[in-house]
Amino acid sequence: MEHYNMNLTLKVWRQKNADAQGKFETYPVSGISSEMSFLEMFDVLNERLINEGKEPIAFDHDCREGICGACSMHINGRAHGPWAGTTTCQLHMRAFKDGDTLTVEPWRAGSFPVVKDLTVDRGAFDRIIEAGGYVSVNTGNAQDANNILVPKDDADAAFAAAACIGCGACVAACKNSSAMLFVSAKVSQLALLPQGQPEKKSRALNMIAQMDKEGFGSCTNTGACEAECPKEISLTNIARLNREYINAGFTYEK
Amino acid sequence: MLNSKIPAGSLDKKWEDYKGHCKLVNPANKRNMEVIIVGTGLAGASAAASLGELGYKVKAFCFQDSPRRAHSIAAQGGINAAKNYQNDGDSVFRLFYDTVKGGDYRAREANVHRLAEVSGNIIDQCVAQGVPFAREYGGLLSNRSFGGTQVQRTFYAAGQTGQQLLLGAYSALERQVALGNVTMYNRHEMLDIVVIDGKARGIIARDLITGKLERHFGHAVLLASGGYGNVFYLSTNAMGSNVTAAWKATRKGAFFGNPCYTQIHPTCIPVSGDHQSKLTLMSESLRNDGRIWVPKKQNDTRKPSDIPEDERDYYLERRYPAFGNLVPRDVASRAAKERCDAGYGVGSSKQAVYLDFAFNMDRYGRIEASKRQISNPSADEIRKLGKEVVAEKYGNLFDMYAKITGENPYEVPMRIYPAVHYTMGGLWVDYELMTTVTGLYALGEANFSDHGANRLGASALMQGLADGYFVIPYTLGNYLAGEIGTKAYSLDHPAFIEAEKNVQSTIDKLMNIKGTKSVDHFHKKLGKIMWDKCGMARNEQGLKEAIVEIQQLRAEFWKDVRIPGDANEFNPELEKAGRVADFLELGELMCVDALNRRESCGGHFREESQTDEGEAQRDDANFSYVSAWEYKGESQFELHKEALEFVECKPTQRSYK
Ligand SMILES: Cc1cc2nc3c(=O)[nH]c(=O)nc-3n(C[C@H](O)[C@H](O)[C@H](O)COP(=O)(O)OP(=O)(O)OC[C@H]3O[C@@H](n4cnc5c(N)ncnc54)[C@H](O)[C@@H]3O)c2cc1C
Ligand code: SF4
Ligand code: FES
Repeated sequence: MEHYNMNLTLKVWRQKNADAQGKFETYPVSGISSEMSFLEMFDVLNERLINEGKEPIAFDHDCREGICGACSMHINGRAHGPWAGTTTCQLHMRAFKDGDTLTVEPWRAGSFPVVKDLTVDRGAFDRIIEAGGYVSVNTGNAQDANNILVPKDDADAAFAAAACIGCGACVAACKNSSAMLFVSAKVSQLALLPQGQPEKKSRALNMIAQMDKEGFGSCTNTGACEAECPKEISLTNIARLNREYINAGFTYEK
Repeated sequence: MLNSKIPAGSLDKKWEDYKGHCKLVNPANKRNMEVIIVGTGLAGASAAASLGELGYKVKAFCFQDSPRRAHSIAAQGGINAAKNYQNDGDSVFRLFYDTVKGGDYRAREANVHRLAEVSGNIIDQCVAQGVPFAREYGGLLSNRSFGGTQVQRTFYAAGQTGQQLLLGAYSALERQVALGNVTMYNRHEMLDIVVIDGKARGIIARDLITGKLERHFGHAVLLASGGYGNVFYLSTNAMGSNVTAAWKATRKGAFFGNPCYTQIHPTCIPVSGDHQSKLTLMSESLRNDGRIWVPKKQNDTRKPSDIPEDERDYYLERRYPAFGNLVPRDVASRAAKERCDAGYGVGSSKQAVYLDFAFNMDRYGRIEASKRQISNPSADEIRKLGKEVVAEKYGNLFDMYAKITGENPYEVPMRIYPAVHYTMGGLWVDYELMTTVTGLYALGEANFSDHGANRLGASALMQGLADGYFVIPYTLGNYLAGEIGTKAYSLDHPAFIEAEKNVQSTIDKLMNIKGTKSVDHFHKKLGKIMWDKCGMARNEQGLKEAIVEIQQLRAEFWKDVRIPGDANEFNPELEKAGRVADFLELGELMCVDALNRRESCGGHFREESQTDEGEAQRDDANFSYVSAWEYKGESQFELHKEALEFVECKPTQRSYK
């Protein structure tokens, strides 16, 4: 792979805190190596800002391996930037060329208020999981693991859904700020497994109810979420969630 | 005197006996007992969920925006358990034995045996929660091999095992949050322990969004705050992983066990430049199917595909025929360093070796072809089928490699090099996981307990979940049973006021330095000292130099660090500064410990102590002990020794030949 250096213009959203008015600031950056990750490019910029006596740009990140779901930048109008199936931290500067201008914003969604600069509050996702994203089994009362047989295809499909990292890109990408892809991933994972059956109905109903309560919009099937999801969570999960929800709505009594 | 409180009786009865005789807290009393848990990785989340289920009032803390993002999420390859589902000769004893031997006879037998005993329950529990482990066509669970063992006992979910296990524990935790048994404090960082009359009674935490300091009471405090590999700056750990919680405990009287035992993982993506912020692991599971080699010729610049088979040196297979590519990590890392230092390294930096899948991709391709009854498959067909099998097993890892390096590992061998990965050292704990401060516990990677001087792959996840799901629910009860008469202390107790004042003054001090250099500047410098002088190979002179250099760097840090912004707002630079300040103290202790231990064992390689063949040479007569260090003031540490006794696993020179 040929390495190259580039100069870029960054337009970055700066916002002091949740209550402050935000605005874009422009920063030229130079000597960026094509081998850097996108966040390493931000490290370089932040180091410079600190040396200049300015405040660095706040952004969420931790694993830098595409798995913790912390990083969350909206780059040139796309959640996590131009590469398909890739988180911001795994996006590398090879994706850009010398002279490019990059506009970087936080996730934009009413249910994800800005904390500072590019950092948002995704607590709503935890509360949706609290509403039912689990199997009610206390520690210690499990049977031998191999007593539960799971057909490989179901196990694989459940795993594919369980790969969701809770980053919120689906919400940020959706014009309605819907959280359906996130919710459907968890509901599908558990609906596909025998362990998830007993609570299947209440789970779908309660998680959707919490999603509505958090103010996420409704799903109009535009598919933007699937296109931007770094873990390529499939839209078929939303279809499954809808089925589960409708079924549950007809038959669930409490 | 250190009392490790190991129960009497034969090794395989100790835990059973302990459980049968430990004190219990009745349900009504549990509801009045508050437990603080710092950390929501596998250890913390599993403990919080289990203790919440039991009825304790739990308060859990993490510095990320959600408990689900704890560093455990990044674990890739798998989790061990002695299920013997493969009928290949596994047993509790064998897992126990492999772990003690893998740890180079520097772990406590009783703890390791308990770990092996509960390992099977962990898999049961996780499956019950809906963790989607890999399965065979018959619907049963699948296993793979990891290093340092000759059986297949590793359970996995592609290269995302940690993610799936953590999401299982996280969902159990969130369920308890919903039920009101656990209160979750996200984006909170614990900055001190509150000790009253010799017992841990609470913590001081900073709300990372508002910058406000908070006081929290607990009848007991559990630290599940992870490892300290980031003292090296570059490591496979998440960016936020740090030693602060454990270090604050050390300063409050908890002894630090075996700080110099660090694990350098053999298969990581090599450093690509000065901008490097972290290193990425390529899971050990890849060594199941990848063969490691370098050219037989020094400074060979040919493309790997142009180097014929007989000009390749599969040096692990050559040196260790019995275990081959699956030798333990410490052995594999040193062997890679040896080859590179001798001039056989590959890639532009020459600090890399090949991890090559072609051979096994081919083998899998043939098996698939045969399964599908394709007779005389073409080379292309075989390649394609083989690729599919490999993609299913390791797809996410291969994708990650391609994104980072821009190369396609299905076509060309991966380039890999060792990197800091895990810390076996940590807070010293007794059999009950209690530190030397009464009522203060340490779980998971934060404690020193089970892995001796070298951890075997897929054993950290096992240990974290063992501690949280199956050990602490018993051992904590044994302590709290004696505390049922203790009322919650007022948060205005002088000890709380004092602790908060100290935290505040440290923050003020940091903010007021207003120096000229960023936190990262100091962190990188510290990392370089540690890597060069307390890394894969250590010697007396280097360690002595490192101690002086770290002291100087620390003095410079406290004079010249620059932290922009304010203390009373979201300020990631301030968070980092506090962590690096603690790393600057820990780093010194690691060198002190490494200097004291004039033997080689596991990941700790003292150049002065090696066999003729360059293997680590232990000195059991003089060093068969755990080093537990007591903090006595800046640069002052007192050594306490816990003698190690081996009843079942008699120490021998570890051999993987
Ligand atoms: C890339 C990678 C791959 C790995 N793969 C494997 C594998 O395949 N198999 C295996 O067995 N092991 C593996 N390991 C090791 C294993 O992942 C870790 O040892 C284990 O997950 C540690 O879990 P833990 O619960 O102890 O701590 P962590 O998961 O590190 O959690 C620490 C928690 O403490 C919190 N915390 C820390 N300090 C504070 C503070 N001051 N205040 C508040 N909260 C705090 C954090 O927010 C976090 O919630 C891997 C490690 C890495 C780096
Ligand atoms: S569904 Fe995809 S985009 Fe949405 S939270 Fe999960 S991983 Fe992120
Ligand atoms: S930082 Fe963890 S997914 Fe990007």
